[in-house]
Amino acid sequence: MHEWALIRAIIAEVEEVVKKGYKVDEVTVYLGELQNVDKSVMEAYLNEAIPQIAPGAQVRYETEPARFRCRVCGREWGLDAVELDEATREAIHFVPEAVYSFVRCPFCGSRDYEITQGRGVRLALVTSRRQEETGETR
Amino acid sequence: MEQFGSIDPRLTGARLMLSKVKAVVPVMSAKGGVGKTLVAVLTALHAARMGRRVGLLDLDVTSPSAHIALGVDPQKLQPEERDGVVPPDVAGVKFMTVAFYTWDKPTPLRGPAVDDAIREVLAVTNWGELDLLVVDTPPGLRDEALDVLEYLPRPRVLAVATPSRLARAGVERLLAILEEQGLERYIVENMAIGAVGLEELAEKYHARYLGRIRYDPGVEEALGSPEKLLDTDMAKDVEQIAKKLLEELGL
Ligand SMILES: [Zn+2]
Repeated sequence: MHEWALIRAIIAEVEEVVKKGYKVDEVTVYLGELQNVDKSVMEAYLNEAIPQIAPGAQVRYETEPARFRCRVCGREWGLDAVELDEATREAIHFVPEAVYSFVRCPFCGSRDYEITQGRGVRLALVTSRRQEETGETR
Repeated sequence: MEQFGSIDPRLTGARLMLSKVKAVVPVMSAKGGVGKTLVAVLTALHAARMGRRVGLLDLDVTSPSAHIALGVDPQKLQPEERDGVVPPDVAGVKFMTVAFYTWDKPTPLRGPAVDDAIREVLAVTNWGELDLLVVDTPPGLRDEALDVLEYLPRPRVLAVATPSRLARAGVERLLAILEEQGLERYIVENMAIGAVGLEELAEKYHARYLGRIRYDPGVEEALGSPEKLLDTDMAKDVEQIAKKLLEELGL
């Protein structure tokens, strides 16, 4: 499934940071509303995998609402302002930029807008230097 | 304490997805209209006919057209979800395009949205084991075309150029950029009519010249059918190029 591709990429990113000698204290996974990934699938995998790679790490999830800004009329809106059928949602799930093929600005009809937040999946880590490697605390 | 804020996992994802691909060949041109897409499509079809495991990826996300050449209706044929999405088989080639998700509707992407779409397609596509992945790139030398080179592991670029004197400056710039980046590079000459060849340009920029493809008006008629495409004069010329390319790649 598609979530699995993202999960594997997230795990690889965390592994990379651990390999560089950091202790990962916290992993925050931001789930963009537009891409609409299955949060329960993500949780099921990551809650198990991340503590194995980065012992003691807390895993948090934050859902980011999707926001759009029109480059023509300047107005902003969210997904609740537009109607999307099931097939369109599915397309956007795989490639969020597909939204540009299906959605226009609800105020002026323009297709020239930007996704200002809540596009897809990204992560942020809080880390500290591993003591045994640096010999000092930070 | 240090923060690693806002990590985009997609490029790491792309690397994982491409880890079992032996050779990645982006097909590039300095400008549109030189037949880059057809060269990419025919090279992939020929390599598959020669028994290689081949993928074809259309990364021209604002105006994908490889599916039109292949006669793929993106509303009917869809990738299968398996550890990402697995590209469907088209005439022996694993084929992926953003058109599977935009259904041939206009996709007016600008700036960062182009880059995002490219990263997303690379991150979700599960290629499995391949000998060769041919990538049709956005035309021109703007950021989106050059970024693609950074996202692909060890890209070996096939530059497509026409012998037009007007286009020459563009080709030179493309070859110069590729040389500067230390990338392996090949050049083919499409729509060759006269005697003025690009061999000496290839020599100047240390690119391997793979040959010329004659102008073939019959190709237009063959669009939409891989069998008919493979039957054109253009395809016969590309077959020789594909052979040389596979040799160069050690496949
Ligand atoms: Zn507007």
